[in-house]
Amino acid sequence: MDLTWSESEEAFRAEAREWLAAHVPAEPLPSGDTREGFARHLEWERELYAAGWAVVSWPKEYGGRDASLWEWLIFEEEYYRAGAPQRVTQNGIFLLAPTLFEFGTTEQRDTLLPRMAAAQDLWCQGWSEPGAGSDLAGIRSRAERDDEAGGWRLTGQKTWTTRGAFCTHLFGLFRTDPAAQRHRGLTYFLVPLDTPGVTVRGFERLDGDEGFAEVFFDDAFVPDSAVLGAVNQGWQVAMATTGSERGLTLRSPGRFLRAADRLVELAAAHPEAATDPLVDQVTAVWMQAQAYQLFTLAQVTDLVEGRSPGARSSLNKLYWSELDIRLHEAALELLGPQGQTDNPWSRGFLFSLAGPIYAGTNEIQRNIVAERVLGLPRK
Amino acid sequence: MRFALTAEQQDLREVVHELMERLCPPAVVRSTPDAPAIDALDRGLVELGAPGLLLSERSGGLGLDENYLVPLLTETGWAAAPLPVLETVGVAPALFEAAGLADRLLAGGMACAADPTGTGPVRFAERGGLLVRGGWGGSGPVEIVGLSDARREPVPAVDPAANLCRIGGGTVLGTVDDPVVVERAWQRGVLGAAAQLIGLSRRMLELTVEYAGSRTQFGVPVGSFQAVKHHLASALLQVEFAAPAVARAGFSVAAGDPDRARDVSLAKALASEAAQLVARTAIQCHGAIGYTTEYDLHLYAKRAWALAADWGSAAWHRARIAEHLGLARTGTLPLH
Repeated sequence: MDLTWSESEEAFRAEAREWLAAHVPAEPLPSGDTREGFARHLEWERELYAAGWAVVSWPKEYGGRDASLWEWLIFEEEYYRAGAPQRVTQNGIFLLAPTLFEFGTTEQRDTLLPRMAAAQDLWCQGWSEPGAGSDLAGIRSRAERDDEAGGWRLTGQKTWTTRGAFCTHLFGLFRTDPAAQRHRGLTYFLVPLDTPGVTVRGFERLDGDEGFAEVFFDDAFVPDSAVLGAVNQGWQVAMATTGSERGLTLRSPGRFLRAADRLVELAAAHPEAATDPLVDQVTAVWMQAQAYQLFTLAQVTDLVEGRSPGARSSLNKLYWSELDIRLHEAALELLGPQGQTDNPWSRGFLFSLAGPIYAGTNEIQRNIVAERVLGLPRK
Repeated sequence: MRFALTAEQQDLREVVHELMERLCPPAVVRSTPDAPAIDALDRGLVELGAPGLLLSERSGGLGLDENYLVPLLTETGWAAAPLPVLETVGVAPALFEAAGLADRLLAGGMACAADPTGTGPVRFAERGGLLVRGGWGGSGPVEIVGLSDARREPVPAVDPAANLCRIGGGTVLGTVDDPVVVERAWQRGVLGAAAQLIGLSRRMLELTVEYAGSRTQFGVPVGSFQAVKHHLASALLQVEFAAPAVARAGFSVAAGDPDRARDVSLAKALASEAAQLVARTAIQCHGAIGYTTEYDLHLYAKRAWALAADWGSAAWHRARIAEHLGLARTGTLPLH
């Protein structure tokens, strides 16, 4: 055990802190899941990119600064500590990018990553379909081979696509072998949303923002270069992304440490509401945020030393998603009648309710933990 | 930054685990304090150097720190070792060393029980000849008591393996009131209890996964039912997120971190909550056999309940953390 940061890591932290202090917008931006808010967030993303903070852990050639995983963790801590805006580019930089690094061709990486880092291409995830949510292997959207044109024709529908109405590109799974069952015969495609035959329709989420979209594919043609990984191997490629989505990279501990500190500040600011049981509730939430951070420190150690988290990333997802709800419930208790107004805590509460659903419902995650971490029988 | 055991700490953990598998199976946990098997377990721990783990080399110990204490006690916890290991290896050394009594500690095996509240009853006092009394919450004087002339009055207990006693008389061999030493001893007690709770939790989960995988009802293993899976996944989740807090607390105490009191409270609160959830879940997922004393699960559940309540309950430590967070409370801190 050595829980101290090196001099260069401390210097990295100081540099990040200083830049963020000088540049984070003083007033919170409007929600990035609305059309207007998304545009404002894009300006912020481009400012981050210009200063080299958009994708710190990526290689310099793609717009990053070759930061270690530890430094990434430090940056995230500082990012949330500074109260910086949510990352509307997250589905690209945190979910697709790790998959591109692992499975992409040199040409795909060279073409797509710099534009992603610069927030020129904005990626959404096209996995869920009306008939395939948790049961992702049940997807029916298909891609048919067009040998003459040298590519694929996409047909079908994706839905619950986060920020789909504002993004420019979609990564998604399509069935390329109609004879294959379930998770076989799927292929991972990278699709510009302005492709002829693609239609996007935004719709409201529980919180009233147009944060969701459904995406229709009507014989939309994409070239062979739109395939990520091997044809009919899409499931394996996609699983690399689910590890990122459930695990560390989507929800870094910095986010919850900061939120828990804000909750403690809220309790301190409302002594009239902070009864003993509520103080205990706030304390318990703060403790869980600490526990999440410590778990991730152990996990990053494993990653750095070459031990893959595998199914254990489902533990992250269960913990942070349920922590996030408890955190906002405690805040709403403290706010009392004020909690019913549209405010950051009530908005956060509504958003937290999505946590146990997206990235694979927590029911599915508990099955994964039970079967693949504990070793209980599948049947 | 490296949040993992060193190779040496990992080796210690494996050696202790192997020792526990060999010398502390459930039959030993069930035996009476005078059983030869318990003598053998005591000797095994002494041969490993456990009593001197935290004693300085100058006093004849190994001069190691809390980063070693955590893996050692996690494994003795896993086995529900029916000896005062936490007390002798974790709590006693700083006190005995401060009182110039390190030799007494090294001479006696797993001999030192602890009564931090000063009001008893005391676990595992049946065998040992020594007791440390007082120091609750990390302050106040601690007496080191020789028990050769003490009266031991057995107290009926939930955990029959704990040999709970009320102690009368005894000879005070020394008193330690150096606040630094008393605080250290207390924090090691809290930390050690947390480590043992992690080990106990893992053992209960192992037993339950094994049972649920082999017990058949409706023609399938009961562990294939989603209700059972979800119970056990939730229990594991709490353990997996408590264990790093215990490891961090060990590091904080060893490094003299200014936040060590808070970190130790975090560890104990999370470990206690986790162990209580695991115990309840394990019994539930076993069905009726888990509600018997013939089956071994109760040995570990009962030790977990005792340790969860001792050295400050989860609620007690949450109250400490609330103080550290500066959250005003209308009440006063509960005594125990």
